Amino acid sequence: MDANLSADSPPPVPAPRVTTRALFTEFLKVGVSGFGGVLPFARRMLVERRAWLTDKEFNEVLSLSQFLPGPNIANVSIIVGRRFQGPPGAIAAILGLMLMPIAIVLLLAMVFAEFAQVDAVRGACNGVSASASGLVVALALKMGNTIRRTPWQVGVAVVAFAAIGLARQPLLWVLAALVPLAVACGWWRRE
Amino acid sequence: MISPVLLELALQFLVLSLLSIGGANAIIPEIHLRVVDVHHWLTDADFSQMFALAQAAPGPNVLIVSLIGWKVAGVAGALVAMLAMCGPTSALTYYVANVWERFRDAPLRIAIQRGLEPITVGLVLSSGYVLTRMTDHNEAAYAVTGATVLLSLGTRLHPLWMLAAGAGLGALGIV
Repeated sequence: MDANLSADSPPPVPAPRVTTRALFTEFLKVGVSGFGGVLPFARRMLVERRAWLTDKEFNEVLSLSQFLPGPNIANVSIIVGRRFQGPPGAIAAILGLMLMPIAIVLLLAMVFAEFAQVDAVRGACNGVSASASGLVVALALKMGNTIRRTPWQVGVAVVAFAAIGLARQPLLWVLAALVPLAVACGWWRRE
Repeated sequence: MISPVLLELALQFLVLSLLSIGGANAIIPEIHLRVVDVHHWLTDADFSQMFALAQAAPGPNVLIVSLIGWKVAGVAGALVAMLAMCGPTSALTYYVANVWERFRDAPLRIAIQRGLEPITVGLVLSSGYVLTRMTDHNEAAYAVTGATVLLSLGTRLHPLWMLAAGAGLGALGIV
């Protein structure tokens, strides 16, 4: 099946040969191994284990993925799949990434619904929520490391937090006001 | 044939996906606003349970979207919500990746990236704050959240252990 898909994808880079099937199976493994975010597992597969991308290429793919709307890891799978096999590669990569986790989490939810009245099960769920909330807070603080030496960036982050976290304003209006302002700051303060 | 609820789900998550410049973790307050406060599809307790399940299962953070879809309209709802959340933005990413290389070093691109970076930080912090307020109902729960933050920042302990500890304390009725 893979042999029929000639590599007619746009970028003619001297890259490793990666089949559509390999894209599907490798992203499938990434999807099911990632707990609390799969990005680190994606990096390990792409850069360290299969060497489909160099370190620098991975960072470029990631920054494009973060810059565009949509789940970051989904965007990574699309860009990597496209690079090696065009549209079939992109579709294989994102399906590989998503299908098993969706099936697993739905099964888990159905089982949970059966036992939701049991005190211990509900308690465990509360405990996981409490801990998982902490993981999100920690993620924000780790991400903040890259901006904390730049006062205007700290200011933008504080305004975003105040508007969304504290004041619970709708995201659309906050972004409509804040994105142009922040990009203008990025433009004036460029090195 | 297609029920109005499925269409509404698709529309909501399509809009959400276009606003999610910092990934799924950045838009939790907005998902909560639309799903709990505006549409009353889920209660606060439902939302926090779905969040816990999504975190306890392997896979991307965006899985919470499939659980909300499931809660609202069953398996069809889960698939519709995920498709709306990932489909259009994936198509956009595919086409932008075609032209991106040309603008890699353009000053405007760098300015955009430097501007979006702190917004993402502020949004993810908002998610953590809103989740903590929603899920923590006593001092023990706040202590678990705080301990997780410190362990996550100060050690290389795998997050799964922290979730497992939270589950254990919860099952014993402490949290």
